[in-house]
Amino acid sequence: MTQESSIDQDSTGLEASALSASGNTDDLLEKTNYIRAVADPKIVLRDLSFYYGKFKALHDISMGIPDRKVTAFIGPSGCGKSTLLRVFNRMYDLYPGQRAEGDLILDGENVLGSGIDVNMLRARVGMVFQKPTPFPMSIYDNVAFGVRLYEKLKKSELDERVEWALQRAALWDEVKDKLKQTGGALSGGQQQRLCIARGIAVKPEVLLLDEPTSALDPISTSKIEELIYELKDDFAIAIVTHNMQQAARVSDYTAFMYLGDLMEYDHTDNIFTNPDRKETEDYITGRFG
Amino acid sequence: MAAPETQYSKHSRQAMIGTLGDKLFKGTAFFFAAMVLVVLAAIILMLFKDAWPTFQTFGLDFFTTEKWDVVNDQYGAVIPIVGTLVTSFIAILIGIPVSFGIALFISVMAPEWLKKPVGIAVELLAAVPSIIYGMWGLFYFAPWFSENLQPVLTDTIGELPLIGQFFQGPPIGVSLFTAGFILAIMIIPFIASVMRDMFDVVPKDLKESAYAMGSTTWEVVWKVILPYTKVGVIGGIMLGLGRALGETMAVTFVVGNAQELMTGLFYPGSTIASTLANEFNEADGLHMSSLIALGLILFIITFIVLAISKWFLLRLGKVQEGRST
Repeated sequence: MTQESSIDQDSTGLEASALSASGNTDDLLEKTNYIRAVADPKIVLRDLSFYYGKFKALHDISMGIPDRKVTAFIGPSGCGKSTLLRVFNRMYDLYPGQRAEGDLILDGENVLGSGIDVNMLRARVGMVFQKPTPFPMSIYDNVAFGVRLYEKLKKSELDERVEWALQRAALWDEVKDKLKQTGGALSGGQQQRLCIARGIAVKPEVLLLDEPTSALDPISTSKIEELIYELKDDFAIAIVTHNMQQAARVSDYTAFMYLGDLMEYDHTDNIFTNPDRKETEDYITGRFG
Repeated sequence: MAAPETQYSKHSRQAMIGTLGDKLFKGTAFFFAAMVLVVLAAIILMLFKDAWPTFQTFGLDFFTTEKWDVVNDQYGAVIPIVGTLVTSFIAILIGIPVSFGIALFISVMAPEWLKKPVGIAVELLAAVPSIIYGMWGLFYFAPWFSENLQPVLTDTIGELPLIGQFFQGPPIGVSLFTAGFILAIMIIPFIASVMRDMFDVVPKDLKESAYAMGSTTWEVVWKVILPYTKVGVIGGIMLGLGRALGETMAVTFVVGNAQELMTGLFYPGSTIASTLANEFNEADGLHMSSLIALGLILFIITFIVLAISKWFLLRLGKVQEGRST
């Protein structure tokens, strides 16, 4: 599985378009290769930096995220992987003092620009959080929440959509008889799948998962992992995880981040069997972090 | 070998003083705590005992008679009860949306540097003595209202069928409506503070999840924050209502103190508290007993409202515990 290895030795200046890159052996410019690591990227990050006030939390990150694949972000706490994920749907916009520089290109459009409708962006880029966050309403209304914001569906169509999303989230059989009950009454694992159903009900293009299983028991965790594997048929999935086995199990590509830098990005197989960098090897073998 | 011995005895003496001090402290604290219950019981007992002649004379008619006739010694509680409920109702009707807006602004929308000053300003409103509100209401708001706003309201809403009859009255400024309005200003700081505290404890993750669905701020507030804090918000409103029901000084200034039952909100009227404040001085016999009976009724109404608010706030605690597990 090394046919697209990111460490081929030709690359180009960072300012050039990543997709038309050619011929340069400068080791510093391997970043561009991280864009080229993915053949037909859904999302391209180019020189993406992020600031909490004056603190620079992400350093010039460049990479391509594939469509209909799972991309995992691993790294020790504080390495910036969650921060990076929150740039994808511009969650940082909620907080004054946080800002991103560089480009984040979704389907050829730089979504960090000022002319972007952030709400529309978030409808295209769904997110599931570390802790389950069911809204204080019924299971049905939870799943229908986003759909109602953006689409005017007939009752029957909405019913179908809710059922579809719950089916996709592997929750339908467990909740089909209690759709009117409050979402908060479900177990933690069910709540998290409810949140995933809520996220995919609007048929987004990208699904962001921020440590989606860290608050769950092993059985719920494996259910969610299976689900992620299923869902990549429909969405580009980016997952942040502390659990390296999880990254190895569910992802196609893995990005290793450390202190705000993207250290290495490649096929998951390569990262876990034959990492290019010493730091990556040390981290995945548990020598630090 | 003397040194360790003295040290030892010193220790044990300190320990003895310690236990004795603890006992004394515990006893004193218990005494003060018990005093609260004793005083409460004494007040209720006094109200019942002194109101008894009125209930004996008028029976249940006291609650259904609207005549409050000091000259003929005939008393009924309808006018003050209605006045109390109507002014308080106006107060929360105006107070809820305004408090909601204030709390929302402070908690969700205001930039960081503005949150503190606005929050403190709202809390300072609560510190203004009620008699100041009364004087401001009587000397400034009432004349301004009767000259400017009241004619407009009478000419517009007053012309409507059904609700029009409520917007009638002489242009004298002092009225049930004015009292309700002043009450609204007085309870807004309380309701707004409780609402703001409630909005502030909504988990960040929950808010972010709602934003992450592509919701606007309004949708986040209306569909997620408000349902999540519903119980606490209602508790806060009840707290404000409890205060509005019993407020005396400001209301007495602006309510007009007329013992008449009118449908128009711009007519002067009375509340229980204003009736008590006005008539205590020259009352005796059955008149005094009837005033105390009014006080008892007010006590019971307020007690019920506060009990409901406590119940809501308790339920809130349980709901949040249930969520976190």
